[in-house]
Amino acid sequence: MANMVLEAPRPGYTGYVEQEHHHDYGGDTVFGFWIYILSDCVLFATLFAVFAVLQSNFAGTIQAKDLFELDYVLAETALLLASSFTFGLAVLSANKKSMAGLVAWLGITFALGAGFLYMEINEFIHFTHEGAAAWSSGAWSAFYGLIGTHGLHVFAGMLWMLVLFGLLFREGLSDNNIVRLMCLSLFWHFLDIIWICVFSFVYLMGVL
Amino acid sequence: MFTDNGHSPGGAAHGSLPEYLLGLSLSVILTAIPFAVVMSGALGETLSIVLILLCAIGQVMVQLIFFLHMNTSSAQIWNSVSGVFVLLLVIILIVGSLWIMQHLNHNMLMGH
Repeated sequence: MANMVLEAPRPGYTGYVEQEHHHDYGGDTVFGFWIYILSDCVLFATLFAVFAVLQSNFAGTIQAKDLFELDYVLAETALLLASSFTFGLAVLSANKKSMAGLVAWLGITFALGAGFLYMEINEFIHFTHEGAAAWSSGAWSAFYGLIGTHGLHVFAGMLWMLVLFGLLFREGLSDNNIVRLMCLSLFWHFLDIIWICVFSFVYLMGVL
Repeated sequence: MFTDNGHSPGGAAHGSLPEYLLGLSLSVILTAIPFAVVMSGALGETLSIVLILLCAIGQVMVQLIFFLHMNTSSAQIWNSVSGVFVLLLVIILIVGSLWIMQHLNHNMLMGH
């Protein structure tokens, strides 16, 4: 015991024992948000189930396989996957306490998300002109219900980013802002995971 | 607020650049395979569906591990347990819906 070598505490070490000395408010918030994400999974599962049941009920309207363009979907997928990666880089910047890096990567993530949303809305307009509107048939209603809900989530994530920009400029890298960033990070990666299911089950299997 | 073991609130781990790069590379590969298979039409329908399913499951796992940093550590046990519970709910929802609707179709369309 006597000759045990103690390491010097790392910079910023406060000596707090996490679980004993203060309430881990941020941890509860992120865990609570995780529970919300899981409830959102149930929402999307319902929409996927509806789509699976209705997907061949075109009722004489134009069929999905005549309308889907896979290279367009591939571009959408690339944008969303890239945005998920750049959000990861934003979180890494925040961990390194780099405000400039965080704002830059979050800005790029926002731009990629905006690109994705632009392409999706463009696609909806194109489909509607081709005779596949949300009110055309059961299959198309299910399609717009599912993809539209995902798009709305992406839009909500982008609004959240704008609010977070404001808070970052006001408070800097405060503990509260880090918790907000972690929650948004869960949300954004979750949206990319939902999109994997969308392009696999809706688009790829839709054209087979 | 933050513990010393590289975890941020709620047991979510921080991740590192190599981890994100590996996750991105695997995701790109697992996206490229099903798109290439369907766009080229090289494989039959059944084989294509199997491949799409495998790649989708693989990519979801990759993103859960490398982007959402899920693991089985004790700090994360409640995240993982709740996740597994919801996975069960999702399977019941989707498989159950399809099962019921298929039976309904079968019974309604008798004689057609």
